[in-house]
Amino acid sequence: MHNFWVILGVWMAAFLTLAIFSFLYKDNPFYKFAEHLYVGTSAGYMLIYTYFLVIKPMLIDPISQEHQWILLIPAFFGVIMLTRWFPKIAWLSRWSIAFTVGIGTGLAITGSIQGLLVPQIKGTLIALHGWNGATLNNLLIIIGVIATLTYFYFSKEHRGFVGKTAKLGITYIMIAFGASFGYTVMARISLLIGRMYFLFHTWIPLIK
Amino acid sequence: MRREIPLAITFITALIMIVSFFIPHAPFGSMQDVSLKWYSIIAGFTMLLGVDSLIHMHSVKIKRKKEGWVYSLVLILGFALFVISGTIAGIRFGSAMDIRSSFMYLYTYMIVPLQSTMFALLSFFIASAAYRAFRARNMDATLLLITAVLVMLGRVPVGYQMWHSFPAVAEWIMAVPQMAAKRGILIGVSLGSLAVSLRIMLGIERSYLS
Amino acid sequence: MSIFEKFEKIDRRFIFLLVALAVLTPLIFKVTMKIPISSPVKSAFKAVDTLPRGTNILISVDYDPASMPELQPMYRTLLYQCFEKGLKPVMIVQWPLGLPLSINTMAEVAEQYNEMARKEGKDTVVYGRDYVNIGYRPGGVAQVVGIGKEIRDYFESDYRGTPLDSLPMMKDIHNYDNFALLFALEAGSMGDIYVQYANARFGIKIILGMTAVSAPDAYPYLQAHQIIGLLGGLQGAAEYETLMKRPAFATMGMTAQSWVHVLIVLFILIGNIGYFISRKKKRS
Repeated sequence: MHNFWVILGVWMAAFLTLAIFSFLYKDNPFYKFAEHLYVGTSAGYMLIYTYFLVIKPMLIDPISQEHQWILLIPAFFGVIMLTRWFPKIAWLSRWSIAFTVGIGTGLAITGSIQGLLVPQIKGTLIALHGWNGATLNNLLIIIGVIATLTYFYFSKEHRGFVGKTAKLGITYIMIAFGASFGYTVMARISLLIGRMYFLFHTWIPLIK
Repeated sequence: MRREIPLAITFITALIMIVSFFIPHAPFGSMQDVSLKWYSIIAGFTMLLGVDSLIHMHSVKIKRKKEGWVYSLVLILGFALFVISGTIAGIRFGSAMDIRSSFMYLYTYMIVPLQSTMFALLSFFIASAAYRAFRARNMDATLLLITAVLVMLGRVPVGYQMWHSFPAVAEWIMAVPQMAAKRGILIGVSLGSLAVSLRIMLGIERSYLS
Repeated sequence: MSIFEKFEKIDRRFIFLLVALAVLTPLIFKVTMKIPISSPVKSAFKAVDTLPRGTNILISVDYDPASMPELQPMYRTLLYQCFEKGLKPVMIVQWPLGLPLSINTMAEVAEQYNEMARKEGKDTVVYGRDYVNIGYRPGGVAQVVGIGKEIRDYFESDYRGTPLDSLPMMKDIHNYDNFALLFALEAGSMGDIYVQYANARFGIKIILGMTAVSAPDAYPYLQAHQIIGLLGGLQGAAEYETLMKRPAFATMGMTAQSWVHVLIVLFILIGNIGYFISRKKKRS
């Protein structure tokens, strides 16, 4: 690509980056401009990819080139999904929604048992033999899973033994939330590092 | 009929998925294949719904010159820019995703900085939230706070410099107590969603049709 | 008013400035630190590194610019590793907004590798013969299950519309059985879908490279052996770079990351000291 276009692109990107960062000082027209541009461009992108990555390769090409007329059925369901725009016939869109919901639930029923419940329960049925670190960890895992599940079990009042177990469950949950918070901080800072790197490496080459 | 037909569609398609899981042979296997593919195509259309309502909302704002209509104009122009450049790229290269296209250029220098900076903003807010709201008010909050600090230090190189066993401690927290709680939650959630799925399939739960 | 109480009323823009400086200073002065390696990353690296030459590997690129700094370094290093080890990567994309990232990065890494290969007299890599990007198709769970039978039911062509059958590398690739493993780079829930459907139903081995936000949720899968490796956030990427002996963005970024973490821990400490002092005052 011509060098000119790359330089122009980098300056444009730098301007947009700073426009959004300007929100840190306070809300202002530059930020609003960038924010709206973001939403608009993303919507434009979506429309284009829906055509080039969905409608064209999955419908138009196979129908026009290989005469897969059967695909007119999902095309019909896809189009009636859009009847939501017209209140009078909006009820038709329920057919498409019902179809997708049906597939989704059917897959979820078998998937959650085979892919989640069975392996996760199996992962909790772990050996406790010998006095060593691994056994202690395994014990902590078994207790933690049961305690957490007890905390979320509301069909029995959290009193006595159940209450104590649920309380232990909260302890585990707090540790998990703390860890998640730490990881979230990590993630957000990484994104900032990425933008700083762009501004001070790609745009103004301070970082070599 | 406006309710019965959708309920029947949901039940039948869900049943095909379940039966074909256990009996993947003809005719169920191919019924599953066809349904999955159709699902993907229909799902592809849902994107258009969001795009339309967005563009409609902002066009009205511009027409009526409501407050902030200039920004709506920016939104519409951004939208048009991508639609036009994508269409041109499609005509020139056969696909909008060709690396030489102006569509890809605009993506790299507009969408990338806009979206990534939008999310990078959060780093400042999370730092200020940690300063203002993260208080050891009681035992539970203290525990949460201590874990967060241990993980934050244990998962970065400086933690290793402070104390060589720091990364091991952080990894233990992640792999044992954290993991156990997440598993408990995961099992609970999946039991819940299993129940909801069954209710939807059998037509007891119908809120998705409203 | 004590100093800690004054701190409590500080303008938040001052905090913002400190955070920005903590990120920028180590980047400008190129301060680097030793990256400790965790076992989930080590096992991920080993699983890829020990594959025989010519093995197909499926790489799912499921992120967009929002989480690019965390996952892009993983993608780069992994691709380079594939090229160097003679593995044949097939890229698939489940996040439409991330498709251009997967394409651009693939082209960049291939070019970088080829430059090195030419210098050292090694074989260069060619699109279609050594690596392919089949692009994005909608469907999520349905598609993940569907391609378990035949990829062509969904992806008749690659990202730019070239029919898969005209790409020499794709001739014998039909479904998960033709891949030694799936390396999924995840910014959202697609990782769970791969684990629960692609692994559980079709038995493909999975390694997850995740944003730090979602990495903690993957530990139950790791312990239950539903995945064989896990890279979490920028640190995971830095560890992978270290194991590959190709320090790059992630390794450099981890020093800045360290500084900000220390700063935030200090914020929490100061904030809490101020809180306890003012609480004590209120009580007395």
